[in-house]
Amino acid sequence: HESIPGYISESCLVYKRASAMNDDLKEMLESNKESLKLEAMKRVVGLIAKGKNASELFPAVVKNVASKNIEVLKKLVYVYLVRYAEEQQDLALLSISTFQRALKDPNQLIRASALRVLSSIRVPIIVPIMMLAIKEAASDMSPYVRKTSAHAIQKLYSLDQDQKDLLIEVIEKLLKDKSTLVAGSVVMAFEEVCPDRIDLIHKNYRKLCNLLVDVEEWGQVVIISMLTRYARTQFTSPWKEDGVFDEHSERAFYESDEEKTRNEPEAKPYMMDPDHRLLLRNTKPLLQSRNTAVVMSVAQLYWHLAPKNEVSIVTKSLVRLLRSHREVQYIVLQNIASMSIQRKGMFEPYMKSFYVRSTDATHIKSLKLEILTSLANEANISTVLREFQTYVKSQDKEFAAGTIQAIGRCATNISEVTDTCLNGLVLLLSNRDETVVAESVVVIRKLLQTQPTQHSDIIKHMAKLFDNITVPMARASILWLMGEYCERVPKIAPDVLRKMAKSFTSEEDIVKLQTVNLAAKLYLTNSKQTKLLTQYILNLGKYDQNYDIRDRTRFIRQLIVPNDKNGALSKYAHRILLAPKPAPLLESAYKDRDRYQLGTLSHTINTKASGYLELSDWPAVAPDQSVRNVEVIEPVKIHHFIFPSTAHPTPALHQGWSWSTLSPKLQINFSGSDAESRVENSSQSSEESDESSSQSEKSSSESESDSEKKKRKTKTPLQKKTVKPTAKDGPYLSKCYQPTFCSSDLFIFSLILSVCPPVYSALSPLSLSFPLQVSGPAFVPEKSHDLLHRMTGKGLSAQYQFPRQPCLYQPTMVSVQISLTNTSDHPLEQIHIGDRSPTGLNIHCFNTVECLEPEASVTVFMGIDFNDSTQAANFQLCTKEDHFSVSIQPAVGDLFLPITMTELDFRKEQGELSYSVNYKKYHNHYLTHLVSPVPCRFAGKTASSGAVVLVTVELRESSTALITINTEKSVMGSMLLRDLKQALAQA
Amino acid sequence: MIHSLFLINPSGDIFLEKHWKSVVSRSVCDYFLEAKEKALEPEDVPPVIHTPRHYLISIYRDKLFFLSVIQTEVPPLFVIEFLHRVAEMIQDYFGECSETVVKDNMVMVYELLEEMLDNGFPLATESNVLKEMIRPPTILRSVVNTLTGTSNIGDTLPTGQLSTIPWRRAGVKYTNNEAYFDVVEEIDAILDQSGTTVFAEIQGVVGACVKLSGMPDLTLSFMNPRLLDDVSFHPCVRYKRWESERVLSFIPPDGNFTLMTYHVNAQNLVAIPVYVKQSISFFESGSGGRLDVTVGPKQTMGKTVEGVMVTVHLPKTILSVNLTATQGSYTYDNGTKLLVWDIGKLNPQKLPNLRGSLSLQAGAPKPEENPSLNIDLKIQQLAISGLKVNRLDMFGEKYKPFKGVKYITKAGKFQVRT
Repeated sequence: HESIPGYISESCLVYKRASAMNDDLKEMLESNKESLKLEAMKRVVGLIAKGKNASELFPAVVKNVASKNIEVLKKLVYVYLVRYAEEQQDLALLSISTFQRALKDPNQLIRASALRVLSSIRVPIIVPIMMLAIKEAASDMSPYVRKTSAHAIQKLYSLDQDQKDLLIEVIEKLLKDKSTLVAGSVVMAFEEVCPDRIDLIHKNYRKLCNLLVDVEEWGQVVIISMLTRYARTQFTSPWKEDGVFDEHSERAFYESDEEKTRNEPEAKPYMMDPDHRLLLRNTKPLLQSRNTAVVMSVAQLYWHLAPKNEVSIVTKSLVRLLRSHREVQYIVLQNIASMSIQRKGMFEPYMKSFYVRSTDATHIKSLKLEILTSLANEANISTVLREFQTYVKSQDKEFAAGTIQAIGRCATNISEVTDTCLNGLVLLLSNRDETVVAESVVVIRKLLQTQPTQHSDIIKHMAKLFDNITVPMARASILWLMGEYCERVPKIAPDVLRKMAKSFTSEEDIVKLQTVNLAAKLYLTNSKQTKLLTQYILNLGKYDQNYDIRDRTRFIRQLIVPNDKNGALSKYAHRILLAPKPAPLLESAYKDRDRYQLGTLSHTINTKASGYLELSDWPAVAPDQSVRNVEVIEPVKIHHFIFPSTAHPTPALHQGWSWSTLSPKLQINFSGSDAESRVENSSQSSEESDESSSQSEKSSSESESDSEKKKRKTKTPLQKKTVKPTAKDGPYLSKCYQPTFCSSDLFIFSLILSVCPPVYSALSPLSLSFPLQVSGPAFVPEKSHDLLHRMTGKGLSAQYQFPRQPCLYQPTMVSVQISLTNTSDHPLEQIHIGDRSPTGLNIHCFNTVECLEPEASVTVFMGIDFNDSTQAANFQLCTKEDHFSVSIQPAVGDLFLPITMTELDFRKEQGELSYSVNYKKYHNHYLTHLVSPVPCRFAGKTASSGAVVLVTVELRESSTALITINTEKSVMGSMLLRDLKQALAQA
Repeated sequence: MIHSLFLINPSGDIFLEKHWKSVVSRSVCDYFLEAKEKALEPEDVPPVIHTPRHYLISIYRDKLFFLSVIQTEVPPLFVIEFLHRVAEMIQDYFGECSETVVKDNMVMVYELLEEMLDNGFPLATESNVLKEMIRPPTILRSVVNTLTGTSNIGDTLPTGQLSTIPWRRAGVKYTNNEAYFDVVEEIDAILDQSGTTVFAEIQGVVGACVKLSGMPDLTLSFMNPRLLDDVSFHPCVRYKRWESERVLSFIPPDGNFTLMTYHVNAQNLVAIPVYVKQSISFFESGSGGRLDVTVGPKQTMGKTVEGVMVTVHLPKTILSVNLTATQGSYTYDNGTKLLVWDIGKLNPQKLPNLRGSLSLQAGAPKPEENPSLNIDLKIQQLAISGLKVNRLDMFGEKYKPFKGVKYITKAGKFQVRT
């Protein structure tokens, strides 16, 4: 009796202790000392983490929500609030105003965190407030806040589904966002709120495809899976063989010739939609992601969308994932299992990667077995079977049993090895392990059923083993075999039945049932020997404890023992019981799994998970493709007149190429009257502003003296110029075939030309939009550099120069023009390029110059990929006798190609670039002496990687200007700036 | 997406829970615990469990179960990958991932989890970003914290998340600027009884420890990049550059990270550094058997093979072992039937040998299969595939960094069938 009060007091104590602790915490939270509060909050969060209830403290905690002092305390309070607000709605409302205030904070991170907490408080009353906050955040300046708002959309939606329409509007808005930070989150929201609104994706499809590589890894997974669904609704099937071909032949059969001709255009060969191709192309690099989920999602995208012959590029990456964690292996193997059933060839070369190790987990082993079985074919079956032989001996008996089933499947699938397998299985019957024997019996039974004629030996063998086999399923299988093929073993079968009659009562139910079956079959075929035995067994069965057995016995008795009442049926007994039975199909458990999209949860659990979105079938006819076109307000396309560098003759080929590509565009340029007026306008102003340009206007090719003159002239405008700001908000029209300049551009332009030849001219004054379009250079410096002096070159002298044309050979290369002159007195033979360093250097060599006569010179072109660095390219210039090490050093400006974009695009691009750049401190502001009434913009991209480089020159005060360089190429940016500064300083 | 997370120890106690949406009762774990009871080994618990209302996706790592609760369709790998990131994050912060460590740092772990997901969708999983928000503990800092009552939560707001290179934090400064790279290769192999290679391949990892100030832009090139058959990269690596020139160009994260993993073409012959002569036999009578294992160097490229260890899972019917090792020492755990022979360095002159008798439980039949041997080994200063780093260049910063590359070859899943 004493122990019970002891118990009670102890539990009371625990309770008291808990409440005392809460009191303590409450006191601490209400104290004035921040450190005490903090300590208390830490303990409270600790309680939450352990899953203990701390809701009592709500009033005490919520008071601290507005704590100004420490960021830390605030964060912990937020954690608490989000956890318990749902339970204490009224009190939670007290905190709302704090968050509303924080939503207006100048710091983007505070705004974001306020929105995050506000939207996590699951209190229905504040839905309107949340809605408002989300809407505002969706148009926030900061992409981070916009990202948070995308997350908040899902939270609000789960709280109140009535907001759907309003939320869709926000999603629509955010889908247009160009920030990579937002893309993943908003697509997530889209998938959760309105996955059926595929129309919202059209306009953003190409953008999403292009952004994909730069989106954070988790967002990539979500976007890829959404785009997979999208593509299946918008494009036609690339798997032409099955669909189109059959249809065609059918038509040929049914339709008259006339109709066929009418329908002919329909049967034209399949052309993949460029957007479809874009998706495939842009997801491919992600196969190299370190994130296994990303790799898997690309793999499933290829599986569901790519033409059959392209799917196999994912194989390698999937096999790579098998090196990852066990759980990853599990999922990947499941997917491979599904794939390998349809496409054996995909994984066959990697068969060895699926070999089982004794250390693998059970579920991994059985999946590998599954895959090996699917991959087995005539060619590799012997290897597979040898491998299976080792597995059968495994200590893990469940796995060994699985292997036996796998052998059975191989035996049925590949008829060549059926006999070998069967013999192997028969050998296993003498195995010491019961499970192995049992499984073998079952599999043999299935195999024998497929070819019953030849195997009476095996049946006899099994009958012999019967006494030693104790596993019920195996015994039952043998009995069934005896009965089914009793005519082939007429002597043994009755003997087995005799034994069974003896042990009937102690057998398992399944064995009893088969004994009854055997008895019945024998009675029908060999009643003389077995009549008594059968009757005995039927009598035993009649009084069995199990319903089924009593039932079966009754049924069998009525069926086989003829009596007066049911003579009709017993006539057919033989046909009923001994009807030929179809062989069981041994097939994979993964056979129909691919009805679910690969990589999904539904695929893994093989049932439809809630929220699973079906992948639709390909449409027969592609929906309108133009829906994906993004309307760009077609700005006037501008192409820069190429200042032919007169210092050295440009070969016809080169020039011809650049003109021919440019000229068609020129026609478009001047179709609009707007453009014309602008041309006029600017040409006027350029006349006013600069003589040199008007000169250049007159002649399409400048003479050397002209350009020199220009240089001279443009050194002065600092003092004398007032420039008309034209084309402020339109694209800047800088030049066209007849070179005309927009004044402001020209101004800076010419200034730059004069001051900074190596750099600026490579960037083009702006115009057009994405995709980045390379335009001709605005200025080509005539300066040529010595490559090889005639003294060191033993008479061969070489000079190089950058013509600043897009390279013919490869877009990533910079073209270099080399003039070779023979200053010696004998002809030089076989001038060519030899070894280069660094060895990886990508050079397109010029054709070997067979012979160069004395005093003759020749100009050749080569392409060098500098990888966007100013590192010199070293190589050897060889003649027949000698070789000379030479090096070409590009200036920063030589590594850019001018591009055209609209001002709008420029600003957007700038916004995105400056973001990273700003943070990374790549963004440089320098004040320089420049005069220009409007900001001038120059756009270019690096040759090798295609990174955009944007330069803005802006007037700040009367005598100062601001140069901003936006680029992700930090090094290039700073070098460009350095060169610019130098050049301007000289000016 | 991810609804809740439970951390469960091997005995089935839930010691941490975190919910990112509404609270899910921990009774949902019962389904999991049931499955765990059924499984023989913790590794055998199925990673995905389907319950009437939820889906449970779990990983088993460092003797802990990370169990996440899912309510709607989500790619399972997405969840699994994330759970591993959680484990890696704990490891990264506290030096190890274990129940005690999590319990000791409960609040911090909870806060980290809070930052990692928003509404169940990953928000900040980069260690560099997290460390800016929540500073990892150091001894000094914890002393200061206890004295002053401050905490490890950073006062600065994370800027990394805002940048297009979220993996690197801003304003990194070191007095010694260093960049070290470890090329670690693992040989996965299955050898059969006769010593023939059934299957062999090389998997490599280039790990990095980069402590460089500012925003360095690094380029790492290999002498023989053709060897690499399949690769995967840290997000910092510029894929296009790799595609076109086979060099790794990247702005590195600060601190330790895995730069790339690769796979060496299995079609080429893989050098197997050791050979194993073994004979394990059991007497027909079933009373016992003999074991004789010798390990010797094979293709070692002139390097010493170290850290050699042979692990054998003996059959369950073994009662005891009586062995002698000519080198190193062996341990045998009768509970798990695990025989571990720690050899150490391989001496080609005097090959280590382990031999002796095995006795079986009375009346037990002769074991059907001989146990396979798992080999562990290490070779310093050698990448067995022959991969070599050519050079490392740095752009974007002025100082001269100290650079270093280390090679090491290990046995991965190296199994000898007997």
